[in-house]
Amino acid sequence: MNLVEIRDLTIGYDGKPVVSGLNFDISAGDYLCVLGENGSGKSSLVKAILGLKSAYSGHIHFAPGFSRREIGYMPQKTEVQRDFPAGVFEVVLSGCQGAMGFKPFYGKAEKLRAASAMERLGIDGIRNECYRNLSGGQQQRVLLARALCSADKMILLDEPTTALDPLATAEFYRIIERLNRDDGVTVVMVSHDTAGALESSTKVLHLGGNESLFFGETAEYVKTRLGKKFLGGGD
Amino acid sequence: MLLEMFSYSFITRAVVVGSLVSLCASLLGVSLVLKRYSMIGDGLSHVSFGAMSVAAAMNVAPLALSVPVVLAAAFLLLRLSESSRIRGDAAIAVISSSALAVGVIVTSLTTGLNTDVCNFMFGSVLAMTKSDVLLSVVLSVIVIAVFVVFYNKIFAVTFDESFSRATGVRAGLYNTVIALLTAVTIVLGMRIMGALLISSLVIFPALSAMRVCRRFKTVVLLSAGLSLGCFLLGMAASYAFETPVGASVVVADLFVFALFSLIGGGKR
Repeated sequence: MNLVEIRDLTIGYDGKPVVSGLNFDISAGDYLCVLGENGSGKSSLVKAILGLKSAYSGHIHFAPGFSRREIGYMPQKTEVQRDFPAGVFEVVLSGCQGAMGFKPFYGKAEKLRAASAMERLGIDGIRNECYRNLSGGQQQRVLLARALCSADKMILLDEPTTALDPLATAEFYRIIERLNRDDGVTVVMVSHDTAGALESSTKVLHLGGNESLFFGETAEYVKTRLGKKFLGGGD
Repeated sequence: MLLEMFSYSFITRAVVVGSLVSLCASLLGVSLVLKRYSMIGDGLSHVSFGAMSVAAAMNVAPLALSVPVVLAAAFLLLRLSESSRIRGDAAIAVISSSALAVGVIVTSLTTGLNTDVCNFMFGSVLAMTKSDVLLSVVLSVIVIAVFVVFYNKIFAVTFDESFSRATGVRAGLYNTVIALLTAVTIVLGMRIMGALLISSLVIFPALSAMRVCRRFKTVVLLSAGLSLGCFLLGMAASYAFETPVGASVVVADLFVFALFSLIGGGKR
């Protein structure tokens, strides 16, 4: 089943289109990896899917019974968060805000949801720690737990492994793979780290030169010239 | 000495209003400082100065005119800093110096630069009339209540605005709420603290609390406590040494900040 269908989408920033005529689907259970150079429109695509930014033209359809509010978003880290005094549990809980409307305070349901998301990612032990003192890998898991609080059918990750060391990166990919394989969470991941991201993804969307250069199975992508070049052409 | 201090009714009025305003300012300050909007308080106080000068020239009640004007300015500042054409800090500088200039010109053309102007700039313990006190108490109670009700939303929006927007939280609405509450707080506090000094009430307690606390909730609570404590300390010092209230409160805040920086530095 297609959760999201993208048709003839044109997106960009500052009034200039970066990608036009984009067509692809995200099906339930997919692990889609979005690749491309800086400025190829990856982040704009993410923002368009989430409704943070409007597309210049084209359509984004959501399956009946599914909406963009049911996508758990893991944005890139911001400058503000670097010295933000926040407890881990406070951060994870804030993922429940979207579903709460004007309800002012967290109830038992929200606290249980946050606790179970943390348990799933193995961070229930650092619940009382301060977010800014955590390692990069732990911070990413906290943000992932927050995303799972807001939605658990589909998650959308924007460059999640930037600034992580190789060990933490590998560990993070394992977590994502587990969520996708064992829990059936649909994953869309924007990434720079081509080799690592391709290891466990099932589909690839490669953006560049104002269009989609490739969309299809990962197994096919790695055989194409584009895939080989991106995976480190020298080898 | 304290009892003697409170035997003056104008001091009692200043203490009541000042304490409430300190609480409001410190609660909002945590969010403003974290969002890199520290200077918004400074900008709004200058706008408030302009509005009060015009009110004085027109013989209108100063609060009645400056509350709506500053609310509008807060709204405008927020919109300006969200659009990328003018950077937030530049927008604040433009609006605040323009308002200050208008205020100075209006006063010099009408009443002349007298003690009123000096009081607006540096604050005065004599500023609060009985009706001012009533209005201030009502408004600050509203500010505190709105902050408490929206506390979790404010945390979410301050920590990560794009995530909040993506999950359907109306981040723009809560940003506006913060800006409007700040505007009200600045106008109320400016009479006692002065246009040039009020922004410290917003910034200092939050900064001090962030030196030692690690969670948002504790930062907010400690910042409120520190703000109240420093205001009362500054007030008492001002009475004891006959120094201006606003400046005394700022110096008390500065001492606490230095102290907490030392404690925080030692802990790390």
